[in-house]
Amino acid sequence: MKAAPRTIRIEVLRYRPEQDKEPVVQGFDVPFTDDMSVLQGLQYIKDEFDGTLSFRWSCRMAICGSCGMMINGVPKLSCSTFLRDLYPNTVRVEALAHFPIERDLVIVLDDFITKLHKIKPYIIPKEPRALSQGEYLQTPEQMAQYEQFSACINCMLCYAACPQYGLNSSFIGPAAMALVHRYNLDNRDGGRAERDPYVHSEEGVFNCTAVGYCSEVCPKDVDPANAVNINKTESAKDYFLRFLKPKGAQA
Amino acid sequence: MKRSNAPIFWALFGAGGMLSALIGGVLVIITGLAAPTGMGLPGDTLSYAKVLAFTQSWPGKLALFVVISLFLWHAAHRIFHTLHDLGIHAGLVARLLCYGVAAAGTLASIVALLQVA
Repeated sequence: MKAAPRTIRIEVLRYRPEQDKEPVVQGFDVPFTDDMSVLQGLQYIKDEFDGTLSFRWSCRMAICGSCGMMINGVPKLSCSTFLRDLYPNTVRVEALAHFPIERDLVIVLDDFITKLHKIKPYIIPKEPRALSQGEYLQTPEQMAQYEQFSACINCMLCYAACPQYGLNSSFIGPAAMALVHRYNLDNRDGGRAERDPYVHSEEGVFNCTAVGYCSEVCPKDVDPANAVNINKTESAKDYFLRFLKPKGAQA
Repeated sequence: MKRSNAPIFWALFGAGGMLSALIGGVLVIITGLAAPTGMGLPGDTLSYAKVLAFTQSWPGKLALFVVISLFLWHAAHRIFHTLHDLGIHAGLVARLLCYGVAAAGTLASIVALLQVA
């Protein structure tokens, strides 16, 4: 039996730079069915109430990482958060915390993109390799080393969760560190020495105070807090032992 | 990019945290409860003569130095970051105050322990 649609109150933090001096809350009563996500609720608002409501989304299946927002104060993907689980309470939807708002629920993500570029999130071969040498072979054990950290979809929920990033946005942050770790652990990669200066820097790992909320909110079960803390140890080892290494040696 | 000097403080914090987790609670029970009340321990466990003998020996001096200084560095780092978490960004002042107390305590413990001959 199909239940009749219920109505849920969705409060959206609006910011339209041409008319709002600062973000304002606007409420909508949205009819919903059990299969509707918060994202679909917002799409309903855009279609039926106010076409100017702006938000990012793409895949609707928790893999593109576009639709992250604060839902009742918690960083979540709006496509995988369901209205039925929030009813009968009012839902409060806001732009991801700790980022500047461009418009409504759309954040300015330049800072994260810059960081992503800086960590070189791709395999940097240890030595030049000719096509004739064939593909890289990797054992399941070698893949298991980094696989968990490769699930990051760059949705930035962990940055919205991280109190240290909120206090000081020059911090490299959880996702970037998870990706540093992912590539450093890959046996095909030889780029660690290029990534290390950023990790060891004043903007690097040591800004983390081990709160761990980043790993809690990750929709892909990556454990960025773990990546950060392993790299604190690695960074400290390098700090104290670097004088014992022969000049020019790889870390 | 400027290299962070955090590993120094983080290592002291980590060492102090490990030590306090392992023996902090036991020390509190021995020195704060068991010895003064005589519960489970001879009444003269922390008598002046015994404690003096302990501080006169090099292993004793070393043990006291390690416990006092590392506990202080651990606490300093924890308090400094908790201030930050609480939104109090006193910056350099807080840093000097927290780590200064630890450094002063470390120096004081060295001086005091060396004076006991």
